[in-house]
Amino acid sequence: MDLELMINSFPKLLNATVVTLKLLSASLIIGLFIGLLFAILRLNKNVFINKFAYVYSYIFRGTPLLVQIFIIYFGLGQIEYLRSTVLWVVLKEPYWCAIIAFALNTGAYTSEILRSAFQTIKPGIIEAGKSLGIPNKIIFYKIQIPIAIRQSLPAYGNEIILMMKGTSLASTVTLMDLTGVAKYIISTTFKPVEVFVVAGGIYLFMTFIIHNTIKFLEKKYNYN
Amino acid sequence: MNIFKKTIFSVLLSLLVIGNANADKIRIGTEGAYPPWNSKNEAGKLIGFEVELAWSLCRYMGKQCTIVEQDWDGMIPALIMRKFDAIMAGMSITAERQKAISFSQGYADEVASLAVMKGSSLEGLATPAGINLTKPNSDAKKALKTLTTALAGKTVCVQTATIHQNFLDSGDVGKVNVRTYKTQDEVNLDLASGRCDAALAAAVAFSDYAEKSGKPVVLTGPTFSGGAFGNGVGVGIRKDDTELLSAFNKAIDKARKNGDISRIATKWFGFDASM
Repeated sequence: MDLELMINSFPKLLNATVVTLKLLSASLIIGLFIGLLFAILRLNKNVFINKFAYVYSYIFRGTPLLVQIFIIYFGLGQIEYLRSTVLWVVLKEPYWCAIIAFALNTGAYTSEILRSAFQTIKPGIIEAGKSLGIPNKIIFYKIQIPIAIRQSLPAYGNEIILMMKGTSLASTVTLMDLTGVAKYIISTTFKPVEVFVVAGGIYLFMTFIIHNTIKFLEKKYNYN
Repeated sequence: MNIFKKTIFSVLLSLLVIGNANADKIRIGTEGAYPPWNSKNEAGKLIGFEVELAWSLCRYMGKQCTIVEQDWDGMIPALIMRKFDAIMAGMSITAERQKAISFSQGYADEVASLAVMKGSSLEGLATPAGINLTKPNSDAKKALKTLTTALAGKTVCVQTATIHQNFLDSGDVGKVNVRTYKTQDEVNLDLASGRCDAALAAAVAFSDYAEKSGKPVVLTGPTFSGGAFGNGVGVGIRKDDTELLSAFNKAIDKARKNGDISRIATKWFGFDASM
C-alpha cells in the first residue's frame, strides 16, 4: 500500500466529487418530476396513457444504465440529421447526455415507487376527506401526495443511493467525475488498489450521509 | 475417513499439476481493440500484428503461450497483479511506464498524428511532415508553436493512459481541452460525430478507421515521435521477471534477423513498421 499516493490523490478525488454530486442532484431533481408525472399517468384510467407510462418504465428499468448512456451519447451522436438540429447543442455535451440518461433511468424507478405508494393509501383516508367536503384536487395535493411521499421514503432512499453509485458510469462518456478522476490517476501511477480504496471510501461516506438523512426524515414524518 | 483423505490428496495433487502446467505457459496480455496492432475479427478471435508476432516469438523461445484479453486502462496493473506475464499491446516504451514495469527492446515503431474531419479549420496546418521530440530542433519547436495556436481552446480526444494523452497533458501544445476515452473506437466515433475538434493517436489507427468506416477522417499537422511518444513499442514485463525479459529480447533478435518482424509488420500495416 502506497499511503503517500492515497493522501495525495484525496484532494483531487474530493474535487471530482463535486462533479459527481452535481450529476446526482440534477438527475434526481429532473428524475423526481419525471417520476411523479409518470406515476400519475400510470394511475390514469385511460388505457393508452396508462400503457404509455408502463412501457416507459418497463424499458428503462429493463435495460442496463450503461447501455442507456451509450445509446444516448454514442448512439445519437451517429445520427447525422440530429447533428444539424438544435438538439445537438445539448447532446454534444457529455455532461447533458449523462444527466438525460440518469434522469430518465431514475425517473422510471421513481415512477414505480410513487405509483405503489399512491396505491397503498387507504381508501378510507380519501373518503374521510370527501366526507368533509374537500375538493378532489385539494385531496390529491394535500392528502395523497404527502402520504405517498412518506410511504415511498425508504424505497426512494435506496433509489438515491443506487443512482449515486450509478453516476460512476459518467466516466465512460469522458466525464471527470469521482470514478473518472480515479481512473485518470491510475493511468499515470498504475496503482489501482490505493486510488480505488480512497474513491470507494468517498462513495461510502456519501451513502452514509444519504442513508442517515432518509432515516431522519422517516422518523420525522412517521405518523404512527 | 481414508477415502476423504485420498480425495483431498488427489484434488490437491491435480491442482498442483494444473498450476505447474500454467506456469509453463507464457500468458501474453493484449487489448484486442487497437487495429492494426491488435484487434478482433467478427468471430471474436484476436488478430493483428502483435497477435501474430506473439506466436512467432513464442516459437523462438520454445515456449507455449496463451493470449489474454485485457482492457487498455488496466493493462499495467493486470501485469503487476500477475493476470498475465507479458504485455504486447502497442505499448510504447516511455520513462513513465518504466517506473512501473520493464520493457524488452522495441520491435516496432510508428508515428502518432492528429486527425480531423475533412473540411475542419485544423486541416492543412503549415508544419513539417514529421517532428521528433526527443531533442526538438528549431523546426520542431516552430511546429509546436503553430499547433499551440491552432489548438487553443479546442477539444482534442485521446484514448486514456496513452502516450498521446501524456503528450497533451505535458503542455507542449499549450492548454487544450483533453477528453479521454476507454478505447480508440470511441475516440473515432466521437471524432466522426463532431464532439472532438481533433483526435490524437497512432497515424495507422486513423487510416484504418477511415478505410473501414468510409468516414472522411484526414490526418493533419506533423507526425510525432520521440519525447513523450517514447521509443518504439516493446514487450512489457514485470520488473522481477528478468529471465522472461532476456528470453523475449533473444526471441526478438532472432525474429528480426530472420525477417519475421518486418514480414508480419508489412502484412498488417501495409508498410514495414518493424525496428
